[in-house]
Amino acid sequence: MLYFALWTKHSGCLLKGGGVFDLRDLYQQVIVDHNKNPRNYGILAEANHHADGHNPLCGDQLHIDILTDDEGKIIDARFEGEGCAISVASASLMTEAMKGKSVAEFETLFDAFQHMVTADLDAMANEEVLGKLTVLAGVKEFPSRIKCAILCWHTSRTALADKKEVAVTE
Amino acid sequence: MRAYRDEFPVLHQQVRGKPLVYLDNAATTQKPQCVIDAVSRYYRHDNANVHRGVHALSERATAQYEAARTTIQQFFNAAHRHEIIFVRGATEGINLVANSWGMSNLRPGDEILLTGMEHHSNIVPWQMLCERTGAVLKVLPIDDDGALCMDALPQLITERTKLLGVVHLSNALGTINPIASLIEKAHAVGAKVLVDGAQSAAHMAIDLQALDVDFFVTSAHKMYGPTGVGILYGKASLLDAMPPYQGGGDMILTVSFEASTYNSLPYKFEAGTPNIAGVIGFAAAVNFLQKIGLVGIAAHEAMLLDHATKQAERFEGLRLIGTAAEKASVLSFVMKGVHPHDLGTIVDAQGVAIRAGHHCAMPVMQRFGLPATARASFALYNNEADIDALFCALDKAQRMFA
Repeated sequence: MLYFALWTKHSGCLLKGGGVFDLRDLYQQVIVDHNKNPRNYGILAEANHHADGHNPLCGDQLHIDILTDDEGKIIDARFEGEGCAISVASASLMTEAMKGKSVAEFETLFDAFQHMVTADLDAMANEEVLGKLTVLAGVKEFPSRIKCAILCWHTSRTALADKKEVAVTE
Repeated sequence: MRAYRDEFPVLHQQVRGKPLVYLDNAATTQKPQCVIDAVSRYYRHDNANVHRGVHALSERATAQYEAARTTIQQFFNAAHRHEIIFVRGATEGINLVANSWGMSNLRPGDEILLTGMEHHSNIVPWQMLCERTGAVLKVLPIDDDGALCMDALPQLITERTKLLGVVHLSNALGTINPIASLIEKAHAVGAKVLVDGAQSAAHMAIDLQALDVDFFVTSAHKMYGPTGVGILYGKASLLDAMPPYQGGGDMILTVSFEASTYNSLPYKFEAGTPNIAGVIGFAAAVNFLQKIGLVGIAAHEAMLLDHATKQAERFEGLRLIGTAAEKASVLSFVMKGVHPHDLGTIVDAQGVAIRAGHHCAMPVMQRFGLPATARASFALYNNEADIDALFCALDKAQRMFA
């Protein structure tokens, strides 16, 4: 990661120090693939948790259905919506990752994911917790795209909390 | 136009290791050295408050501020300099008219007619006004090419219509609207017309008296001038009859706790210390535009739009949004299989700056059934190589997602 562009919150400027910039860091093949063939896409009729997510800035709309059992374990999750490759791939990968997890484990995953895409560039992602989700680590080099990756996570959290509101990333 | 490109310092840089290709001019234009110098010179030599001091600096600041008003009046061919009100930008100009003229002239059941291609700034202030007055909002629809459905106008513009709000040049579609004809038709039913010239003023000559428009707004920053400054033009007879929009210093003659009396035009609408440096920079930008000439600029940009449109039409999987017969400086499009935001990021990696999103015109997106479009928009300093760089980057994006 380190040889890629460095972004500082203060200057808002990429390519500090003339680093090498590679778009493949953001659009890894896994992301392109999940965008083209999203997993767990559609409605889950038997779901017991639902929420909508909206990113008014870019128009992304997301609906998430989650089915949990009596112990609070996530049995199934599906999503529907419209968005960029980052948001579709993120939702696709998230729904894969959350299945079989308890709500508490989902929260751990949420925190690790949020840290990965928002922390300082040199902070390491928790690969042990995140596994395949680390393909989205490149997002943090693109401040305007972080919301795309994280909207589905906020939407799932809203769904699991049974809140009636529309999830946003703020 | 090639010579003028050198006058824009910001264009001479590398972005992401590539030469910057700036095609987001509909969002804001870059600033020529003469504008940067005018703002800098003011702060270095003349900074003082206007209309207040008796000292030399205040007199210099006031003289420049008021000279700018005359420059801008002449640029748009307004009849009087006091018809030019300095505001923060087109948005504030519209809000001023909606609040001041709107609140004193609209009754329940009166109608405001807008078009389907308005920027949010020419929709929301009128909606807020309708909520407060009981007036009703009507919308002139747009066709599949992104032109106004002029056939629908006779049903929509009636004796109930009190105001027509229309964008001159659509920022989302590039459509140039037939404002002269719309103004005539609106006046025939006794309605006033506000033209949003935020997008058009840097791309075509505008003669406010010839148009006989009632209100006109624009922003300096889309005309190579500074951000945070613009004008509201209003016919003196209308502005005179309107109550102040904001209260404060400069807009009064006398103040006591019993009552205050208001200043005359234009000061009645310029409460508080204005953006003096911005106004001076705005005048420098207008002088710059006049030196080059809008006829030459329009011809150059028409050539660029034509070049870009031809490439877009040849590009498989690319669909243009906005194909009206009368267009200027904006190329809005979507690419099959690639979301506009991904397009924006991918072309940015090639140093090409475009806009992706709803362009603050969500009703236009809804009309075309799209969440967003990608948009390249041109200015006088762009050239054919910029457009070729854009299409090269778009090709890369398409291959990446194939």
